[in-house]
Amino acid sequence: MKLTLTEEQEMLKKTARDFLAEKFPKTFVKQMEENETGYSRELWQEIAELGWMGLAFPEKYGGGDMSFLDLAVLLEEMGRACLPGPFFSTVVLGGLPILDHSSEEQKQEYLPKLIRGEKIFTLALTEPGYQNYDASSVTVEATPDDGNYIVTGTKLFVPDAHIADYLLCVARTKPKNGITIFLANAKNPRINYTVLKTIAGDKLCEVVFDQMPVPKANILGQLNQGWGAVQKIIERAAVGKCCEMVGNIQRVLEMTVDYAKERKQFDRPIGSFQIIQHHCADMATDVDGARFSIYQAAWMLSEGLPCTKEVAIAKAWAGEASQRVLALAHQIHGAIGVTIEHDLHFHTRRAKAAELAFGDADFYREAVAREMGL
Amino acid sequence: MDFSFTEEQNKFRQEVRNFLEEEIKKGYWEPACDAWVQGFDPGFTKRVAERGWIGLTWPKEYGGQERSHIDRLILTEEMLRYGTPAACHWFGDRQVGGAILSFGSDELKKEFLPRIVKGEAYFGLGMSEPGAGSDLASLQTRAVEDGDYYVINGQKTWASCAFFAHYFDVYARTDPEAPQHRGISEFIVDAQSPGLSRIPMTDITGTEAWNDIFFDNVRVHKRYLIGEKNRGFYQVLHQLDYERSGMERLMGNYPLFEAIIQFAKENKLSQEPVIRNKLAQLQIEFEVGRLLIYRVALVMEEGRAPNWESAMSKAYSTAFEQKLANAAMEVLGPYGQLVSDSKLAPIRGLAVHSYLGSKGYSLQAGTSEILKNVLAIRGLGLPSS
Repeated sequence: MKLTLTEEQEMLKKTARDFLAEKFPKTFVKQMEENETGYSRELWQEIAELGWMGLAFPEKYGGGDMSFLDLAVLLEEMGRACLPGPFFSTVVLGGLPILDHSSEEQKQEYLPKLIRGEKIFTLALTEPGYQNYDASSVTVEATPDDGNYIVTGTKLFVPDAHIADYLLCVARTKPKNGITIFLANAKNPRINYTVLKTIAGDKLCEVVFDQMPVPKANILGQLNQGWGAVQKIIERAAVGKCCEMVGNIQRVLEMTVDYAKERKQFDRPIGSFQIIQHHCADMATDVDGARFSIYQAAWMLSEGLPCTKEVAIAKAWAGEASQRVLALAHQIHGAIGVTIEHDLHFHTRRAKAAELAFGDADFYREAVAREMGL
Repeated sequence: MDFSFTEEQNKFRQEVRNFLEEEIKKGYWEPACDAWVQGFDPGFTKRVAERGWIGLTWPKEYGGQERSHIDRLILTEEMLRYGTPAACHWFGDRQVGGAILSFGSDELKKEFLPRIVKGEAYFGLGMSEPGAGSDLASLQTRAVEDGDYYVINGQKTWASCAFFAHYFDVYARTDPEAPQHRGISEFIVDAQSPGLSRIPMTDITGTEAWNDIFFDNVRVHKRYLIGEKNRGFYQVLHQLDYERSGMERLMGNYPLFEAIIQFAKENKLSQEPVIRNKLAQLQIEFEVGRLLIYRVALVMEEGRAPNWESAMSKAYSTAFEQKLANAAMEVLGPYGQLVSDSKLAPIRGLAVHSYLGSKGYSLQAGTSEILKNVLAIRGLGLPSS
């Protein structure tokens, strides 16, 4: 057992932190929130040149041959920086599922472009209505028509769909649980996008497929057998999101402790008051609890071990712990923390968005209950 | 990072489980909550000692096994899972032996460590006083030099294991003129010393697990001073880091956890969404606490005394134990209030007993408030008030 990073991972972490701090100041993050595309093409290319898109992909596709655990370190730093843009969509929701579930031919075709930063990917999974991530809730339909499938229906909360080149689209190809993943050209004119206005200013889209044709050759994995792959995708997305979350709340803890040391009232730093100290202690406990449970899940995923329970524990804990951390951070920061000039709101808004993504605490508590045999 | 155990560690865990299951099968004892601190069973301690499981991490020179702190955590985790009556050796193994190792003379090490390892020397603690709880540095028990001896007068309270301990680890003031924390020394006091008397205290569960200890001119030879004279307060801080470090802070009432899950399953309560939610949340919090405690063992494995790390895990974990007891009461509804020997009492009355007993968990070995001070000041660098 070992709970520390390797020397290489520490280096990656430091490089990432420095790069992100330099290139993605909060002024820029704000601009990206207000900007329709939500990312900068030049910086995207720079990230690709650093090898980050390809980090966890095999060398033969142009990747860095590193592990999901290494990627987890990077995602943590991205969460810390409140990084805008389609990295998570492209790598975690697009690339890794292609690596896991597609044919060699498809990998050869898509992964090198993804790794070079030429193409943006995302996942169209969630749909209108109550979200419980089970196969029966998928209503977007794909019906065979010659060499194509015709896809019809609406997907919701699809990150970065408006700028994506390819969509992994989860659709029903058979009543009951016949689910198939299609790799669709996102620029198809039979797709309508609306960028939704969200708390985090991230670009979650409504995606309407109006009889969109997708060639049969673009099925990712097995026809009608896609739900198993979808579950794996959700599991990994949840862990990836958790990594961003721990980066986020680690930063919030540091900001808050620094502020408590500097801010003076009654002629002394507020951090010398016991109540503030205890708030900070509670925050640190929540952050460390998140860190270990999240890295446990990331490590298990990385090692290819079954980890349904550990993923559920990590996401359930991270979702609620991050809300507690942010609540205390705001309380300690006082009024300055609720001004738009202060950086805290970037973290607050992203923590809530992350909590809601890929299953909230209630969803994963139920998963834990099942794992307990209840 | 690596969250796995080695093959040897897995084998060791299995070995411990096999031993404990065999013990239960033979009817030697029944799993119980709080048995690590209240379960007096010299035979059990002797059998554990025969396996070399006391002083597991200590140098071979003193009878230890020089095994890792992870091994020791595996051992104690299993002991707690099975609710073993381990109180005879728990304190010597967990902290007093370590204090002797860190600060004691060679003579003391040779005299006590092998006997702790053999399960022959039981220790209790004499730290708190009626006027010195969280403010331990204000303790008033006096030790005055008299030739080769110290003469101790005063009162200790909440002394654990007092009715069966052979020795007490006692902190007394040796320099009343010095600033409070620079005038305290640490002694090993024979429980049979003339002038030492013990009076049991009854806690809110009705258990007599703790004692008041009165010292009336108790003479202790100078060789039983641990470490340097007047350095006792620094030594106790060090020892408390270990006292707080372990799995007993998370699993003190673990038999209740298993029992309530089993109860919910057997009575179909586990199909109720509210109850599923409650029990799953406990499981989540338990697993998080377990990781916080493994981190502490890894700190020790690096050769560092765990400080804010064990403050964090202890404050977190005792809050979990209290939530568990409360949640178990809620799951049982009105039946939860039935004590163990009542008609209709479910799960052997474990819940109600633990509910009451758990109130003390966040007070022992540093209140959660003190622990959060430690974490904030030592861990986060906030200014002391």
